[in-house]
Amino acid sequence: MQKGSTRSRYLIIGVIAFMAIIIVQLVRIQLIDQSYKVSAQNNALYYQTRYPARGRILDRNMEVIVGNKSTYDILVTPIFVKDFDTLALCNIFSIEPTDVRETFKRYRMYRSKIGFRTVTFLKQVSQEQYTLFLENHHKFPQFLGVAHTTRSYPFNAGGNLLGYVTETDPDYLNKHPEYSQGDYVGRTGIEEVCEKMLRGEKGYSIFLRDSRNRLHSSYMDGMYDKPAVPGEDVVSTIDAHLQSYGEMLMKNKVGSVIAIEPSTGEILSMISSPGIDVSVLGEIGKHFQSISSDPFKPMFNRAVMSPQPPGSVFKLVNALIGLQEGVVRPSTTYPCHNGYSARGITVGCHAHPSPMNLEESIMASCNSYYCYVFRSILENPKYKNEEEAFEAWYEYVKSFGFGTRLGSDFPSERSGFLPSSSTYNKIYGKGGWKALTIISLSIGQGELGCTPLHLANLAATIANRGWYKIPHIVRDHGNDSIDNIYKERHYTLVDTTCFEKVIDGMYMAVNAPYGSGATARIAAVKGLDICGKTGTAENPHGDEHAVFVCFAPREDPKIAIAVYVENAGFGATWAAPIASLMVEKYLQGEISPERKYLEERMMDANLLHKVPASPDYVRPVKNKKK
Amino acid sequence: MRGAIYSKLNWTIIICYILLIIIGWVNIYAATFSESADSLFSLDTRSGMQFIWIGAAAILALSILFIINPKIYPIVSPWLSIGVIILLVAVLIVGREINGSKSWLMIAGLGIQPSEFSKITTALLLSSAMSRYGYRITNPKDLLRTAAIILVPVFLIALEPDVGTILVYCGLIFMLYREGLSGWFIVLAFLAVTLFLITLKFSPFVSILVLTALAGLFHTFISSHKVKVSLSYLVFILASAFIPAMMKSSLLSKAAKDFPIEYILIGIVAIIGVIIWFKAAKERNRVLKIICAIYVLYIAFIFSTDFIFDNLLKDHHRDRIENLLGISNDLQGAGYNVHQSRIAIGSGGLLGKGFLNGTQTKFDFVPEQGTDFIFCTIGEEWGFVGSLSVVLIYTILICSIIMTAEKQKEKFNRIFGYCTASYLFIHVFTNIGMTLGIMPVVGIPLPLISYGGSSFLTFTVLIFIFLRLDIERWK
Repeated sequence: MQKGSTRSRYLIIGVIAFMAIIIVQLVRIQLIDQSYKVSAQNNALYYQTRYPARGRILDRNMEVIVGNKSTYDILVTPIFVKDFDTLALCNIFSIEPTDVRETFKRYRMYRSKIGFRTVTFLKQVSQEQYTLFLENHHKFPQFLGVAHTTRSYPFNAGGNLLGYVTETDPDYLNKHPEYSQGDYVGRTGIEEVCEKMLRGEKGYSIFLRDSRNRLHSSYMDGMYDKPAVPGEDVVSTIDAHLQSYGEMLMKNKVGSVIAIEPSTGEILSMISSPGIDVSVLGEIGKHFQSISSDPFKPMFNRAVMSPQPPGSVFKLVNALIGLQEGVVRPSTTYPCHNGYSARGITVGCHAHPSPMNLEESIMASCNSYYCYVFRSILENPKYKNEEEAFEAWYEYVKSFGFGTRLGSDFPSERSGFLPSSSTYNKIYGKGGWKALTIISLSIGQGELGCTPLHLANLAATIANRGWYKIPHIVRDHGNDSIDNIYKERHYTLVDTTCFEKVIDGMYMAVNAPYGSGATARIAAVKGLDICGKTGTAENPHGDEHAVFVCFAPREDPKIAIAVYVENAGFGATWAAPIASLMVEKYLQGEISPERKYLEERMMDANLLHKVPASPDYVRPVKNKKK
Repeated sequence: MRGAIYSKLNWTIIICYILLIIIGWVNIYAATFSESADSLFSLDTRSGMQFIWIGAAAILALSILFIINPKIYPIVSPWLSIGVIILLVAVLIVGREINGSKSWLMIAGLGIQPSEFSKITTALLLSSAMSRYGYRITNPKDLLRTAAIILVPVFLIALEPDVGTILVYCGLIFMLYREGLSGWFIVLAFLAVTLFLITLKFSPFVSILVLTALAGLFHTFISSHKVKVSLSYLVFILASAFIPAMMKSSLLSKAAKDFPIEYILIGIVAIIGVIIWFKAAKERNRVLKIICAIYVLYIAFIFSTDFIFDNLLKDHHRDRIENLLGISNDLQGAGYNVHQSRIAIGSGGLLGKGFLNGTQTKFDFVPEQGTDFIFCTIGEEWGFVGSLSVVLIYTILICSIIMTAEKQKEKFNRIFGYCTASYLFIHVFTNIGMTLGIMPVVGIPLPLISYGGSSFLTFTVLIFIFLRLDIERWK
């Protein structure tokens, strides 16, 4: 046996060793591991987010299109929730007890993930309900309300254009780590384009809270609190009244309208019909189901996303190229007897006087004339062969912005489609195609796809006699200036002088006397000098699409507009009246009494049944006319 | 004589004692502090009540030092013990049940814990019994008598049940070791706890391998063919470690795969064990035989682990052990206290948040913050520096009691000193260990710091009796 003193020494060493274990553990959790400090803050400091008011969206005349109203989000920290009066809570917010139980079941399921975090329990509670909740707050101390602003829409206009605001979903959060759960973000339209400006900056107030989640004093007297910075207002180029008027005209029709101020490229209105009603926009989450099942796809912004053949409107482009290339002069005449035939290929035309010169051909929209023009362009001896001539043609067309994204600040703009020589080489083989093979291009049919934005841009380009500025929807405002790219002029490859001849034709198309064969006389408004061109785009499904582009006044144009009404039939019947009414509204402020009948007819017309996507679609009897 | 007594007093122990009660008092005030600030002395608060206990302790300490003749302790110890035994029985009958254990007697509006006072009487009775002339701990009769002195109160306390106090009594093994009990008892007890925990955390299979490795270590130590023996154990353990992988092999049928791997291992071990036993018998190697016997005992223990765990322990004990081992991690249930207490201590950092600035303790995140979890307040508000100081004061206190006890001429005094040091050590290590999450949650207070009269007075009495006894050696 060891001596007692030895054992005593062992015991002292033992005591010191065990105390050393404690000290090591103290070093570990107090000095090395920082996570406990974070946990302590999570425990005792409650960061109440202060949401900034989102910036408003104003129209070009500084009228509010999108404003704010106060609502409240109800938050809860699940980890602290003990039993509470579920029924009373449900009565206040008029929700189902089963839903509440379901929600809390989910919280328990994800409790390790949620931890000490505070999550959103209910969204967008009205002021009245929130007041009631505050009166009964002692019953549910674990619940808190946070003021939020939601969107209000003083104008019933611009559903698709404005876009909507929604709470960030997990998918979005993954892609944008700068957002956190419960944040709201603008999706589509101006809300998305100007998210950075509109968003503002979140702040927070720090409170001390105890283990029962009761908030005590403000932490350090609010020294570390951060106030929310409200979002900046955005001034859009939209004219709210014009937008609203255009939407009324487009009601019950499928299609789109884009109006541009030619000198600036500012979009005055952008309508996609049928669109989203602004009343739906505020609570888009609730309506998502019905929106996505709507056969007319209201979320789909046709104005920038739907490339279609431009139809006869495209004759303007061919006329301009012909003039520039010198293969046609204003005085050049071509005969037309209900169509054009060459080597077994026939392009039909409607009845009109013959022969016609350039100006008249635009006025009457003669198909044959442009078959000749297009052949002259491609068979121009200046070029080695037709392929080379076609490549030159391609460059001309592209300089108008066709086949490319114009670069608008509006999201999800499509480039459309412009065939190149290689497209045809692929289809027919190299050297396997000639002007006649692709003669449809002469009248804007065939392998062409232009969005209504392209067409409106074409109208603006002609109005400017040869240049355009990239169409955009946000204006300079205070210190926020838009990108310089929207201020540059983009010149086409066609000389300014050529445009005047084409404009003559467009002027005549609208303003020529009765009997001259002018196609768009219905669009004439006294004193406005509207210059326009109709189009009727053939289409394999249902009736033709009605197209109309115009600008006014002829000198120093203020507005250029493109109207595209799907499956409506003749451009002159539906598209031209709508365009001219909008021009009149914009330039005069009101519709003259003698045109009121037209306004009524347009507003009352329901063309939805003509659209193949419609549930009550009636297949039309195809008439061969073009 | 009066003047002389000051120089004979062990001032190290007294200074540690005073420092600890001041730290305790201040931190009880902080732990129960609320914005509606009450005075440090208000009787409505725990700090005010603690001040009364401090006063009572001072009177007790002075009486022990100056009035009570230390010669009386060996004489009255049996009677005091019988008195406490009666109280322990009484508490089982008329005691008040708090937190699932009947350990409080309400006398004149004050709650007292007889199990606390039993620590004093047991220490006195042990000192008196073991200091008797001719006492030898190796003598079975004496060992039995000593065991009885300890086990009678332990049995009664186990009926309450009060696991904390039983654990404190287990600490007396250190005193017994000093008085000559074989050190193997400590080693074997320690091994039992370790194997128990390994079995729970991992599996019986791992436990058996660990036990085999230890047996191999001892076998190697006593064998003359050290290399051969150690290598064969090593090969055996490494080979056995592959059993789980082999069992998963596709060559085996489904039924064979489900066969518990520990039984396969035990089968192999049994065959080898029998061979070793016969070899030991042939060589008349008694130590090897003992190793074999102990080995078999522990194997049996390993296999009864689940039974002990599931049937002999209460639910909350099971939860606390599982939580400690990381088997379950329910931060809302059993793990809540420890998790919150670690957060409180950990958030203190190096220098702490400052007096009354602890958010975790002030806002009630840590439960029992005035009593069992008082160390959280220290850790949070005074940081690593404060915590370390407290641990060092305890270490100095315990070590100087041991060293002073070693200097005693009287065996009675020495044994009493060791009892006090053992109690202190178990209390301190278990309590602080529990707040740091390295010991399971056991409800025992931090000596002299935690709020509460019984424990506070008990340690005052133990320490001052020892100080008074210490003075005797100058005579």
